[in-house]
Amino acid sequence: MSTIERHEYDVIVIGAGGAGLRAAVEAREANLRVAIICKSLFGKAHTVMAEGGAAASMGNVNEKDNWQVHFRDTMRGGKFLNNYRMAELHAKESPDRIWELETWGALFDRTKEGKISQRNFGGHEYPRLAHVGDRTGLELIRTMQQKIVALQQEDGKKTGSMEANIKVFAELTVTEILKEKGQISGVYGYWRESGAEVLFEAPTVIIATGGVGKTFKITSNSWEGTGDGHALALKAGANLVDMEFLQFHPTGMVWPPSVRGILVTESVRGEGGVLTNTLGERFMFKYIPDVFVDKYADNEAEADRWYLDQDNNRRPPELLPRDEVARAINSEVKAGRGTEHGGVFLDVSKRLSAEVIKKRLPSMWHQFYELAGVDITKEPMEVGPTCHYVMGGVEVVPDTAAAVGVPGLFAAGEVAGGMHGSNRLGGNSLSDLLVFGRRAGIGASEYAKKATRIPVSEESIKAAAARIEAPFSREGGENSYSLHAELQEITHFLVGIVRTGAELKEAIEKIAEIRKRSANVSVSGGRHFNPGFHLAFDLDNMLLVAESTAKSAILREESRGGHTRDDFPGMNDKWRQINHISSFDGEKVSIKAQPLPAIPKELFDLFDVHELEKYMTAEEIAKGGSN
Amino acid sequence: MARNINMRIWRGNVTDGGLENVVVEANEGEVVLDVIHRVQATQMGDLAVRWNCKAGKCGSCSMEINGKPRLACMTQLSSFKEDETITVTPLRAFPVIKDLVTDVSFNYRKAMEVPAYAHPVNLAPGEARMEQVDVERSQEFRKCIECFLCQDTCHVIRDHEENKKSFAGPRFFIRIAELDMHPLDTLRNRKKTAQEEHGLGMCNITKCCTEVCPEHIRITDNAIIPMKERVVDVKYDPLRWLGSKISKREGIV
Ligand SMILES: Cc1cc2nc3c(=O)[nH]c(=O)nc-3n(C[C@H](O)[C@H](O)[C@H](O)COP(=O)(O)OP(=O)(O)OC[C@H]3O[C@@H](n4cnc5c(N)ncnc54)[C@H](O)[C@@H]3O)c2cc1C
Ligand code: SF4
Ligand code: SF4
Ligand code: FES
Repeated sequence: MSTIERHEYDVIVIGAGGAGLRAAVEAREANLRVAIICKSLFGKAHTVMAEGGAAASMGNVNEKDNWQVHFRDTMRGGKFLNNYRMAELHAKESPDRIWELETWGALFDRTKEGKISQRNFGGHEYPRLAHVGDRTGLELIRTMQQKIVALQQEDGKKTGSMEANIKVFAELTVTEILKEKGQISGVYGYWRESGAEVLFEAPTVIIATGGVGKTFKITSNSWEGTGDGHALALKAGANLVDMEFLQFHPTGMVWPPSVRGILVTESVRGEGGVLTNTLGERFMFKYIPDVFVDKYADNEAEADRWYLDQDNNRRPPELLPRDEVARAINSEVKAGRGTEHGGVFLDVSKRLSAEVIKKRLPSMWHQFYELAGVDITKEPMEVGPTCHYVMGGVEVVPDTAAAVGVPGLFAAGEVAGGMHGSNRLGGNSLSDLLVFGRRAGIGASEYAKKATRIPVSEESIKAAAARIEAPFSREGGENSYSLHAELQEITHFLVGIVRTGAELKEAIEKIAEIRKRSANVSVSGGRHFNPGFHLAFDLDNMLLVAESTAKSAILREESRGGHTRDDFPGMNDKWRQINHISSFDGEKVSIKAQPLPAIPKELFDLFDVHELEKYMTAEEIAKGGSN
Repeated sequence: MARNINMRIWRGNVTDGGLENVVVEANEGEVVLDVIHRVQATQMGDLAVRWNCKAGKCGSCSMEINGKPRLACMTQLSSFKEDETITVTPLRAFPVIKDLVTDVSFNYRKAMEVPAYAHPVNLAPGEARMEQVDVERSQEFRKCIECFLCQDTCHVIRDHEENKKSFAGPRFFIRIAELDMHPLDTLRNRKKTAQEEHGLGMCNITKCCTEVCPEHIRITDNAIIPMKERVVDVKYDPLRWLGSKISKREGIV
C-alpha cells in the first residue's frame, strides 16, 4: 500500500472557509508548514455566501458600543446556554480581527468619517456589523485567500518555492482523521478528481469544516454542508456539544421550488423590511416574548420611529433573534395566514427607494429578479424558515480551540460548539471564524512545536483505504441519492423547527434503519470525479449528525433557542444548566448530560439581576457568579 | 407543471468524449443546474459538475450553455424556447477533467503572480480612514466571484494555448486595477507591470469579457481601458511618471 501519495506537514487544516484560512495564516506566521485541504475549489467555501456582515463592537456608528454590550447581546441571543468564556473572547477580540483584515487589503463600506461602517442586525443592541454591501463573506474569504497568496509570495522569495510552507489541496475530501497511541498522526482522503487516495502525516489537525445543513431538506447551505467535521471528530474520539440546537433562519426563499431555502439576508430587515401575513397584518408584534418586552416596540409607530431615532425608541420586532422570528412565521403559516407557497411577505419597497435598495441590497435584488422574477424595489418577497446554521459542534477548550479528549486535534468555526449557546446572532459567525480561527492556529502551532511525531501505521492506512474501496466492491446495493433524500424527509418532518418526543423517537429509529441500509450503498461508474461516490461518504457523516441531533433533542424537555418542543413549551431553568455531550463508540452515538461551566462574577455583574432572573434559578442568582 | 425537455450533455474526459442526448423532466422556475442535478440523480449517477451556492455567489457552476459561457445556476429554463434543445459543454479555454468539470488551475497560478496588497508600514490596524467614493472603485472589482467566464471567453487564450504563459486575462487585469486604485496600497508601477509582465498589451478591447461577467463588472471600461491609457501616460510622459512615484494617488479616473 506504500504506493499512495504521501505528504508531511506540521499542521493540517481541514476546510478553507473563514475559520480554516484564518487558522492557516496563524500557523504559517508561527513558521510552521501548513496544508489546507478543502472539498471545493479555493475561495468557494460556504463563507463566500455570507451576506450581512461580521459583528464587532468597534463603536464606529454608535460609540456607546463596547465588548461588554456585545457579550451581553450574545448571551441573550443564546439564551444563556453559551460557553461564557467563548462569548467573552469573541466579544473582546472581534474588533481587532476586523481591523486586521483591513491591513490585508479588505475594503469595507465606510462611515462619513471614513471609518468602517456598521449596520443593524437582529439581537444586536447597536449597529455592529462591518459589511460590504451584502457580500461580506466574499470580501472575507477573498481577503484571506489573497493573504495566503501574499505569504506564499514571501516564501517564494525566501525559498524559491511558493508552496514551500503553505499549500492548498483543493477538491480533496478527508475521510478519516488518523490517530496512533491516542494522539493525532494525520488524515486520509481522496482527490475528488481522480478518486486517488492521499495520506497526510502531521501531529496536529484543525477541523474547520463548517455546517450540517444538507442533513435537512430545506437549507441555505451548499452541498459541502454535510457535517463531515462533526462526524470525523466523533469518530476520532472527540465530543460534540448541544447538537439539538439548529438555527432555522426565518427568511429563506420559498418560491420557485428550485430555490427553496436559499437565504434572504437579515439585512433586509435591518434596512427596514417588514413582515406581513396574507391578511396584511404586521404580525411580529404578537410574538414578542416576555424576556424581550423592554427592548422591542409593541406598536408600529414606535417601530418605525426607531429607524430614525434609536436612542428614544424600542427596536422593531422584525429584528428579534432568529429563533423567535422563525417560530412566528411557522405559526402564521400553520394558522392559515401564509401564502399559497407556505411563506409570508417581506417588504422593503415601502420604506426605501429603488435606488437605495439596489445599493444596499444588490445581491438580494439580483437574486430575486433573476431567480424568482420578483422586483423587490416594487413588490414584497415571499419568505419562510430554512435550516441555516448549527450551534452544536465539537467540544473545545475556549482559549486554544483544542478538542476535548484528543491531543493534537483542534476545531474552529461553525464546526465548533459552545460559543453561540442555543441560538446564534446574525453576524456573530463571521467574527467567530476570525477570532477562533486565529486561536486554533495558535493553539495548534504551540502543540505542534512540542509534539513528538508518530508515523501512521500500515494498519491505519489499510483500514482507511478499505473504507474508500467498499462502495465500489458492492453491487446492486442502494443508491446514495435516494437514501439522502429519505434522510432529509425524516429530519425535516421529525427533527425540524418544532419537535415532539414521539416524533423524535420515530426519527431515531428511522435514522438507525437508514444507517443499516447505507452500509449497503453501491456506486455506479468509476472513481474519476464521481459525485455518486462522493455522496456515499457524505451520507455517512450526515447520518451521524442526524443521530446526534435527534438523540440530544429527545432528552432536552424544554424549548430554547434553536430547539422547540411542542410538548415542552417554554424555557426551564433546570435545562439551562445542562450541556448535552455526544460521543461515538463505533456503532452508536450516546448522549450524556454535563453541567454548564458557571459564569464568573465579573461577567455575571455585567447584567441587571432582574434580567438574569428570567434565565437563572434563585440559587444561581444568590451565588452571583463563581469566583 | 412538469414537462420534458431535450438536453445534450458533453460527457468524457481529457482523451475523448462527446455529446449525449437525454430527456429530462423540468418544472416551473427551474434553472439549468436543477435539470443537470436531476439527470445526475436519476440517469447518470457519475455525471461530473461543479456547484456550491446555487445563487450566483460562488462562481463554481461555470459552463457553456448553447455555446455561451454562463453560470448554470443563474440560467433560467424559461429563457429558452419550449422545444429548444439545451446543450451544455465544459468551458472551452481550460482542459477537461471530466464531463462539465475543467481544470481551472491556470487561474490560480496567475493569481499567485500578481504582487500582493502592500499596506502602509506605519498605518496601525483600525487607523485607516477612507471615503466611501474612494473605496467604491476597487469594490466594483472585488465583487468578482472568480467564475472565470471572462477568462473562458477571451479570444487571446480561448483557442490559443500558446498565449497563456504571457497573458493573465481579464480576471487578473481587474485584480491589478483594484490594487492600483486601492486608496492604501503602496506598491508602485502596477500598471506598468500589467503591461510588461501580465500581458495587458495583448488585449485589444473587444469587451467580450464584460459581456459575460455575471457580476456586471465593467472590466474593459473601468479597468482595462483606464490602465492602458495610464500606461501610455506613464510610458511617455516622464514628468507624470515621476509624479506617480511620489504620490500613489495618481489613480485611475
Ligand atoms: C447564505 C448564508 C449567509 C450567511 N450570512 C452570514 C452573515 O451575514 N454573517 C455571519 O456571521 N454569518 C453568516 N452565515 C454563516 C456563516 O457564513 C458560516 O457559519 C461560516 O461561513 C462557516 O465558516 P467555516 O469557516 O466554519 O466553514 P465553511 O466556510 O463552511 O467552510 C468549510 C470548509 O471545509 C471544507 N470541508 C468540509 N468537509 C470537508 C472534508 N471532509 N474534507 C475536506 N474539506 C472539507 C469545505 O470544502 C470548506 O472549504 C451565513 C451562512 C449562509 C449559508
Ligand atoms: S477586452 Fe481584452 S481581456 Fe476582455 S475579452 Fe477582449 S481581449 Fe480579452
Ligand atoms: S470578472 Fe466577472 S466574469 Fe470574470 S471571473 Fe470575475 S465575476 Fe467572473
Ligand atoms: S453554484 Fe455558485 S455561482 Fe452557480
